[in-house]
Amino acid sequence: MELYKLTAHELLEKLAKKDIASEEALLAIHKRIEETEPKVKAYVRLNKPGELKDNNELNKPSSFLKGIPVSIKDNICTEGYNTECCSKILEGFKPPYDATVIKKLKEAGAVILDKKTNMDEFAFGSSTENSFFGPTHNPWDLERVPGGSSGGSAAAVAADEAVWALGSDTGGSIRQPAAFCGVVGLKPTYGRVSRYGLIAFASSLDQIGPLTKDVRDCAILMNIIAGGDSYDSTSVDITLADYTKALVNDIKGIRMGIPKEYFIEGLDPEVKSIVEEAIGKLKSLGAVSQEVSLPHTEYAVPVYYIIATAEASSNLARFDGVQYGLRIKEGNIIDMYKKTRDEGFGQEAKRRIILGTFALSHGYYDAYYLRALKVRTLIKQDFDRVFNDFDCIVTPTSPTAAFKIGEKVDDPLKMYLSDIYTISANLAGIPAISIPCGFTKKGLPVGLQILAKPFAEETLFRVAYAYEQNTEWHKMKPKL
Amino acid sequence: MNYEPVIGLEVHVHLKTKTKAFCGCSTEFGQEPNSQACPVCLGFPGSLPVLNKVVLDYAIKVGLALNCKVQEFTKFDRKHYYYPDLPKNYQISQYDLPISKDGFLDIYLEAGVKRICIKRAHLEEDAGKLIHEDAITLVDFNRTGIPLLEIVSEPDINSPQEAYEYLTSLKSILEYLDVSDCDMEKGSLRCDANISIRPEGTSGLGVKAELKNMNSFKGVRDALAYEIERQIELVNSGETIVQETRLWDAKELRTFSMRTKEEAKDYRYFPEPDLPPFIIKSEKIEKIRRTIPELPREKMLRFIKDYGISEYDAKILVSNKNNADYAEERFKAWQDKNKKPVVNWLIGPLAAIASSSNIEISEVKISTSNFLELIEFVEKKQVISNLTGKIVLEKMAKTGKSPYCIIQEENLAQVSDETILNKDIEEVIKENPKSVEAFKAGKENAIMFLVGQVMKKSQGKANPKVVQDILKRRLIDA
Amino acid sequence: MAITKETVEYVAHLARIELKPQELEKMSRQLKDILDFIDILKRAEVKDIAPTSHILPISNVLREDTPVASLAAEKVLMNTPCQKRNFFVVPKVIE
Repeated sequence: MELYKLTAHELLEKLAKKDIASEEALLAIHKRIEETEPKVKAYVRLNKPGELKDNNELNKPSSFLKGIPVSIKDNICTEGYNTECCSKILEGFKPPYDATVIKKLKEAGAVILDKKTNMDEFAFGSSTENSFFGPTHNPWDLERVPGGSSGGSAAAVAADEAVWALGSDTGGSIRQPAAFCGVVGLKPTYGRVSRYGLIAFASSLDQIGPLTKDVRDCAILMNIIAGGDSYDSTSVDITLADYTKALVNDIKGIRMGIPKEYFIEGLDPEVKSIVEEAIGKLKSLGAVSQEVSLPHTEYAVPVYYIIATAEASSNLARFDGVQYGLRIKEGNIIDMYKKTRDEGFGQEAKRRIILGTFALSHGYYDAYYLRALKVRTLIKQDFDRVFNDFDCIVTPTSPTAAFKIGEKVDDPLKMYLSDIYTISANLAGIPAISIPCGFTKKGLPVGLQILAKPFAEETLFRVAYAYEQNTEWHKMKPKL
Repeated sequence: MNYEPVIGLEVHVHLKTKTKAFCGCSTEFGQEPNSQACPVCLGFPGSLPVLNKVVLDYAIKVGLALNCKVQEFTKFDRKHYYYPDLPKNYQISQYDLPISKDGFLDIYLEAGVKRICIKRAHLEEDAGKLIHEDAITLVDFNRTGIPLLEIVSEPDINSPQEAYEYLTSLKSILEYLDVSDCDMEKGSLRCDANISIRPEGTSGLGVKAELKNMNSFKGVRDALAYEIERQIELVNSGETIVQETRLWDAKELRTFSMRTKEEAKDYRYFPEPDLPPFIIKSEKIEKIRRTIPELPREKMLRFIKDYGISEYDAKILVSNKNNADYAEERFKAWQDKNKKPVVNWLIGPLAAIASSSNIEISEVKISTSNFLELIEFVEKKQVISNLTGKIVLEKMAKTGKSPYCIIQEENLAQVSDETILNKDIEEVIKENPKSVEAFKAGKENAIMFLVGQVMKKSQGKANPKVVQDILKRRLIDA
Repeated sequence: MAITKETVEYVAHLARIELKPQELEKMSRQLKDILDFIDILKRAEVKDIAPTSHILPISNVLREDTPVASLAAEKVLMNTPCQKRNFFVVPKVIE
């Protein structure tokens, strides 16, 4: 069995038994990347030689992860190693510090892979087509998108070019690519994982999370990266559970709410029936289900696109050529700002910055931004009400399976609507996981999304694990 | 038509915490460029702010001292504008829920007390420093992130002198609270002014000019004085006043309009998502209130009442908290109820010594016991004369020795022995026949001149009272 | 919601982005579509609803006033396109 096909927990077992040495896992991944990258293009800036120093973790057999490599999305800061958010405006940026999650991974003995994964520029997108480096190709059908914005991470995991990976999720950017690529993707509760070192898109919505081959790997990775951080005022110091303890194959009596607003026109009929079958499977395992209502669902996408773009327009104001990244040396300082930002930002970034600036501008703030904040309250209240009586909510992750590269890129509104099922979890700050639950007739993966109340990741792991252990989807691999 | 000025002042104060507002970088002044910065205050991608607890405490302290209502619920907001000294191109500030508001500061003028209302005092982070060269501008981010308290007055000030009084009173209070160095030269206190004019006796607000670039309190006063005249002249010649920002030129002694075209500023404020709000309970407010020391005005009134000092002298003493404490320690240690001797020696000779060495009264190295011992020697025991006393005091400041030591070592004790004084007295009588005649003729004061001459001859050593008695006897008998 | 080219130009200026004429055209059209879609929010009943600025019920996050080592100047400046004697360099700013 080729090493690159193994999950992290399988590698850990072999390492513990000393069946393999640390270097072998890393070498296997590197070789797989070499073979597969020309097709998938999950990683960026590959022509640059690895800039990381020799990682000492390989020589620390006593560390927990014993040198297993982790792949990192290009918007998470890694000290001394390029972090560019796949944007021209950040070309060449080498952060002088590690993100907190990177520090934690290093402390646990992981090797941070010397190649960053592809993403939509600044996480603006649902297909990874907005990357300055060009799109990543879905390993299940190379003419299709892997989803976005963490498309590179999801594709790498699906193609076994990564053991496991970190992505970020602001409106579905971990879960939707996980669904499109047939892997597991978790967006933690807002505040569960430190955002220090995550290049911000929307500060009140962003979270870093794992993309993995199975649920156990997801729990292991969450154990390492979760926890309060004194450098992040919005992170929470709630006692950390051992998420692997939630991996019990038993969901008898778990109460699932199925929101009627998610099963309407726009949901692809094939996806609908696959998800309904999955829900049926969960019931056969002992869970009970009931239809629920999240009445303000129809407002989620507009609310998101006001709040997220407003915060993004603010977070991206700092990219001006003064301290880092691209600088167009022309004219006076205002020219420098304007030309640098025009040249450095892609179309979607500009669109969002302008939309967000508009929503915050004098005269429009009340009608747009303030109103969106109020409707956000209504959306959160919908979830609070349901979680009073239900342990989790189950939905499709995405209304369709992966679409073709180029299909939606010229219609931003159409692209935004593909986030319809994932966005609400970010607005409500609740945890959500996507797990593979089947394939369309064309052989494209379909994702099942499970949501729980704040800090109830254990519920997600429990339900996801039970489903996974009673199905075979997670064992299937794309033909590459 | 007579016009009156309407002035509002915006004062930015550096809070002297050890670290910056949102990160652990040191706030020490004058370090090498860009050596006191980190990802947070540099606004590097991925960085996040965390508020320094002492910043919050200091802000509450100032709010209370300025009689403001400290808010139970406060938060930060982002204020957006583009400028190279602002790394994130937004400043973390406070918009609609500032930490304190609706306070006042009373100023004391010739005409009486005037209340200047304070609209608000809010927290924000400072920007970096720009140094302009010929074709480029250099940026140093050491100062970014230093905590500022912006104190905004209502337009209740009606003259440059009132503005000056407001600023000196404010500075005095802030120094007493020990929350800021208030040094305009080092930039730890900055002041902008808004000024307009209106016909005397009316209550509306005219078009205002915003004045910047004043580097001292005197500069503020001068700039306001200039601007008032400029605006009155404009109005009298039928022109309209334009709302604009004007810079004070301390060399040319005039204000001039900023070259750049002003556009209405849209700061796009919204609540800072990276900082959860702050709930300030009344227990915390009371705890901080208890740490506020007696403030200058109260201390001044108490000094007048308890120590019989004049208002003029008391004002000088309390203008610096260390001086006030130094003085009070000495007043208290003096056993008699009448503190006048101590007051006089402190405000007179001791202050003179401080001034000549260019230091504060509180920095004069003379212990309380030594100081009081000297005063006893002069005033009560008359061991030495007043004149000698001043000399001894100077030596005490230089050497730290006790007055007893110095008097002994230099043999300065006042002479009261008639046999020793006789020689000088005889000589003075001989050398000043005119004064002798004058005294004999009934001019009482003439004797003081003669006493003075004896003091001179004896190099201050003679006991003047004894000398006077002896002279009187001699001249009356003779 | 009608969004004119002038508004887009003004907002682009606020955001310090210089749009070329064709970009401005396209952007205005796309933004109009998006804003029309967002207008659905007008239907929401928000009377007496408090805005959510922070989703977590936390407050008073503070740190001690204890100095921590700053970055060395070389690290501060290592990414800048233009520096001089440990300063960042920008085109002359006129005040």
